[in-house]
Amino acid sequence: MSSELLRKIEGRYVQKKNYPHFDVGYTVRVHYRIKEGDKERVQPFEGVVIRIKGSGANKTFTVRRESFGVGIERIFPYYSPNIEKIEVVKIGKARRAKLYFLRELKGKEAQRKIKEIKPWELESMQKKKEQARKEREQQE
Amino acid sequence: MPLGLIGQKVGMTRVLLKDGTSVPVTVIKFPVNYVVQVKTEEGKDGYKALQVGAFEAKEKHLTKPLIGHFKKRGVPLLRRLWEFRVDNPEEFKEGQELKVQDVFKPGDLVDVLGISKGRGFAGAMKRWDFAGFPKSHGHRYHRAVGAIGQRTDPGRVWKGKRMPGHYGAEPIRVQGLFVVDVLPDENVILVKGSVPGHNKGIVIVEQSTIAYRKSQQLKKKRLEFITQNLVKEEKGSEA
Repeated sequence: MSSELLRKIEGRYVQKKNYPHFDVGYTVRVHYRIKEGDKERVQPFEGVVIRIKGSGANKTFTVRRESFGVGIERIFPYYSPNIEKIEVVKIGKARRAKLYFLRELKGKEAQRKIKEIKPWELESMQKKKEQARKEREQQE
Repeated sequence: MPLGLIGQKVGMTRVLLKDGTSVPVTVIKFPVNYVVQVKTEEGKDGYKALQVGAFEAKEKHLTKPLIGHFKKRGVPLLRRLWEFRVDNPEEFKEGQELKVQDVFKPGDLVDVLGISKGRGFAGAMKRWDFAGFPKSHGHRYHRAVGAIGQRTDPGRVWKGKRMPGHYGAEPIRVQGLFVVDVLPDENVILVKGSVPGHNKGIVIVEQSTIAYRKSQQLKKKRLEFITQNLVKEEKGSEA
């Protein structure tokens, strides 16, 4: 949809970010800078990434958390200068790209839907995936 | 009086400011613009203007008189011509190339003229923003126009009555758009807000004719912080 020139220009107005890799289903802590009057402070927001949307400068992601039984969703622009850093708290595997179904579930039930993967398991999983892909290619 | 250029709409995106605000912008790129003809008060034309052309054309697409018009001034054959009424035509030479950075700078207000997207034969709700009728509760009459007149007196429909018909694909001028940035090496400007027409559509961008108004001056001042707080990468690097 967007032309090459448009992407090139978008790249010019975007600060490079070195976030750790995160995907839909991961639990992340976003350190977001907010202004209160003339004071600035950093507010962490922790929750599950339920959506990553858009590309280039338009890229955003949505983090959902539950506090005191009330669901809260925050949409962050991926390249926002107010994001100080992002930490990956938990690596989770989800079977779809948008986790809107979590909105209907509560507490434990929602957690059960996302398979947690320990960091040390991740590497071997990726290796397995790659091997499977290679085998498939050879068969073809 | 305003000078302008002929350009092409690339598309829309957003830029971020240092405080995290995002500003919607339209990217407009400019091919090489030539001054084709200079019109002066003393000359044959009797008024001051610049004829500017852009987008190179093949010989088979132009008429002989037009080809002669271009060859006489040593300008390549061009597809689009537009006349800008300027105060100082004497400062320009025929055949001169106009540069983006000479005409626009960040913080300017510009008018953009384009051909709006064609919508074909549209109903009254789309074309004139009529409210229509309820979708349910026993209604069998939803998007229709409704009544269009009175009774025996006047016994006809008023002229200009808003009814369904062809909508779009007509020239639209959007006035007082804010220039967020100018990129001379790409021949591109970023304009805040939307611009008529589809992507790759041809647009004419000129210095705003209403920029002298007080409201526009205030707007210019109000938006100045955008140009000062742009988040920008070093040249050449891409994200």
